[in-house]
Amino acid sequence: MSGADVWRLSATALAARVRAGDLAVADAVESGWRGPAAAWEADVHAVAHTDPGARAAASSAAARDRRTAPLAGVPVLVKDNLCTTDYPTTCGSRILAGYRPPYDATVIGRLRDHGAVVIGKGNMDEFAMGSSTEFSAYGPTRNPYDLGRVPGGSSGGPAAAVAYGLCPVGLGSDTGGSVRQPAAFCGVFGLKPTYGRLSRYGLVAFGSSLDQVGIFARHAGDVAATYAALAGPDPHDATTRQTPAPDVSRWDRGVAGLTFGWPANLWREGVEPDVVEGLEIAAVALERAGARRVAFDFMPGEYAVATYYLVATAEASSNLARFDGVRYGFRHDDAPDVRALYTRTRSAGFGPEVQRRILLGTYALSAGYYDAYYLTAQRARTRIRREYEAAFARCDCMLMPASPTLPFRLGEKTDDPLAMYLSDIFTIGANLAGIPGLTVPVGLTGANGRPPLPRAVQVLGPEDAEPVLLAAGRALEVGGDTIRLGAAHDTEFAWPTKR
Amino acid sequence: MAYEAVIGLECHIQLATVSKMFCGCPAEFGARPNSNVCPVCLGLPGALPVTNREAIDAAIRLGLALGSTIRDVSVFARKHYFYPDMPKNYQITQYDRPLCEGGALPVRIGDATRSFALIRVHAEEDTGKSFHPERHGDRQVSRVDFNRAGVPLLELVTQPVFREPAECAAFLTALRRLVRWLGISEGDMEKGHLRCDANVSIRPAGTQALGTKSELKNLNSIKGVEKGITAEIARQERVLASGGTIEQATLLYDADHDKLAVMRSKEHAHDYRYFPEPDLPQLAVDAAWLAAARERLAELPWTRAERFAAEYGLPAYDAGVLCDQRELADYFEEVVKEADPKKVSNWIMTEMLRHLKATQRGVSDWARNVPPHHFAFIIRSVETAQATATSAKSVLDEVFANGGDPASIYAERGIRARSSSDELLPLVRAAIEENPGPVAQYLGGKTATLGFLVGQVMKKSGGQAVPQTVKDLLEAELARRAAAR
Ligand SMILES: [Zn+2]
Repeated sequence: MSGADVWRLSATALAARVRAGDLAVADAVESGWRGPAAAWEADVHAVAHTDPGARAAASSAAARDRRTAPLAGVPVLVKDNLCTTDYPTTCGSRILAGYRPPYDATVIGRLRDHGAVVIGKGNMDEFAMGSSTEFSAYGPTRNPYDLGRVPGGSSGGPAAAVAYGLCPVGLGSDTGGSVRQPAAFCGVFGLKPTYGRLSRYGLVAFGSSLDQVGIFARHAGDVAATYAALAGPDPHDATTRQTPAPDVSRWDRGVAGLTFGWPANLWREGVEPDVVEGLEIAAVALERAGARRVAFDFMPGEYAVATYYLVATAEASSNLARFDGVRYGFRHDDAPDVRALYTRTRSAGFGPEVQRRILLGTYALSAGYYDAYYLTAQRARTRIRREYEAAFARCDCMLMPASPTLPFRLGEKTDDPLAMYLSDIFTIGANLAGIPGLTVPVGLTGANGRPPLPRAVQVLGPEDAEPVLLAAGRALEVGGDTIRLGAAHDTEFAWPTKR
Repeated sequence: MAYEAVIGLECHIQLATVSKMFCGCPAEFGARPNSNVCPVCLGLPGALPVTNREAIDAAIRLGLALGSTIRDVSVFARKHYFYPDMPKNYQITQYDRPLCEGGALPVRIGDATRSFALIRVHAEEDTGKSFHPERHGDRQVSRVDFNRAGVPLLELVTQPVFREPAECAAFLTALRRLVRWLGISEGDMEKGHLRCDANVSIRPAGTQALGTKSELKNLNSIKGVEKGITAEIARQERVLASGGTIEQATLLYDADHDKLAVMRSKEHAHDYRYFPEPDLPQLAVDAAWLAAARERLAELPWTRAERFAAEYGLPAYDAGVLCDQRELADYFEEVVKEADPKKVSNWIMTEMLRHLKATQRGVSDWARNVPPHHFAFIIRSVETAQATATSAKSVLDEVFANGGDPASIYAERGIRARSSSDELLPLVRAAIEENPGPVAQYLGGKTATLGFLVGQVMKKSGGQAVPQTVKDLLEAELARRAAAR
């Protein structure tokens, strides 16, 4: 591989070259900008904020202090809701225009400690509210496999950037599928860890009890390496688990003897045939690798969507109360008194989807409605958690779609919030139950009169099942060889084609 | 119609912890505005709270002292309202599952001890401080100092058990003593360490149903609490007397003008939208933590006062005064090892407390210059007639002012008690010679003049004469002169 093609490397391969002294950190970091970004970024718009000076400074710091670290020189685009001292943090919102945090999120600090270089901020739906990355105050992100389609959301920026080759790893956040669904739409791996495994300190909160920082990568091994660097207790986040994170160093151990659940009742209707075909391909590949399929019907609570939107909006209405123009970010300049300052700043600073969810959540927490809505949702949530526990008593992990559809067209669902909310149906369960989920790409669809599109499956597991999910993901990455469309070879990724 | 008042108090106790409730910033006072702040207490995006165990420990100790039930699992909640000094526009507090429930505070009122029942005690965070409005060029601006934002508070809510404003004042005095005793707060109302709101309603005397209550805020001294509640009761009585009805409202009391102002009426009441704080796990207090807190609790003021009365034979009043401050009670118990308890109590209450009041200093300042065994030496010197009370007190004054060993001061000055008539009779005679006027008055029947003449003799003896002997000698000498006339 020539020096100019460094951006094609996996994160672990790239870090190995940096450690061996064969590759300068600055070249590792800038390769993606010179090659793929020059070709794609203007169309895709995956990056909300970057700065060559900040990248250079971070690269030299990593080269100086961390050249022997596990992620030495690995460029990472992080979602714009993770606090960084060297780039603005705006959550895709006007209300945080120009805001630069005085501190790094814990996961950002750990990336840097492990030698990685933060190259900028990935675009996102405003405050992570959306499934398409169309609701960003800084413009939409497009899917590199079809520029007329969305990359998924809300972490669409990092997902698209990893897919087109800007960087091998990206960080997102997943409150109801915001990592796993864009990973599926962009054909990359996307891990939502067990709740409490990755610190939320410095992740601008949407739904605190649902939010987890998630990892994008083109290869299962890179997800594992990044997870190993980031996971573990954080004294600044009281909701992190106090026990050491599960060991994912044997992500390549294979799936022989493993059982995977096959709740086919979930995709009997309302799921696109291409998505179902992806599930079949994955199941066969896992079986060939030695895993055993356990078919059963699974009803993860018919109220899951309602439960999710009550909990998420209630917590969001509270978390977003702090954006008032008093201390930071955007402030409306025509405010005769403090009440007007609040209402005008918030009315002009938040986009319509964010305002809709703040209103919903405020209503759900109001006196007289709390019991009927929030409290009922909490009870339903407990039931949903139990249903997942019961399912995992029968299998080590479970296959499920990451989204009922392939990537949809820009504008297709923006006027229909309910349709957008329903597209989260397969992902929200993991957030409500606090369990991990991994999106695994299974190649591209056939052409069918449109460009081939990524398709993927989701592997869910019980709490702390990250090692199992990664083993399954790796088995599909390798075993997909013979059956996967589009991808030919283990180390070769099904790159998008510039049209 | 005669009315009776029903009053409940809601007290906020600012804890004297090293750091804030949910972050590591210093909780100290007087720092430069907005210098003791961090992403957490400023409510910056992405910051998360972490509970200060020391603050919870203080809450547990207060709860144990009050006989409250300490929940093994309690829950923090968010209370929402928009205000510029509230960084997150919600306060982390406790709501339906508070740390401490029930309990009571015993309060001595006159000769009786009353026990005032509590609803709850819970932990929460303080807000910042607003300063407004100020002129800034051609505009009015408000400024906010967030140093106080996130400082730990305990909220203590009583049952509506008070009938008189004076009971409320006595309760607050006792609460202040207790929090100081436990070392959890400085308890100073004027400095805002202890804050108090009152819920006040009135009803026809002898009836049971509660009237509509008003909430009284801005009561920032114990006197102010008493005066404010008195004013509010009078206002409600006037409203009812003129045929009106009491509206549920929040009022502010202006102590300088003894006036009440309506802050908000019921239709503007907040909907705080409480819900469990998702950033904090449930607060679990296990048996080991409770046991350790109980260990730290030590003897409570009222228990100690009872013991002082029983063990040292002190009047209840003395025991109460000595147990007003923990340091004072500790000091007493040291001195009493070497001197008679009642005498020690008298010396503390008359001499020591008078000095401390006059000099605005504390027990520890006193103990630094007058360690317990020096105080005991001085008290004992009077009992053993080694010195007169007058000279002992003057030595005590000096030791308090400058320190030093009283035994060597006695030796240096040759201080001793003079009671022999051989020594004192010349002084008595001289005093009579030098004060013909008072002597004539005495002989004329105005016997109160004797005190003056005793004083004159004492002065001549350098305070060393035993007053009773001087008095006896004077009376004898004057009687002799009267007979000789
Ligand atoms: Zn702080």
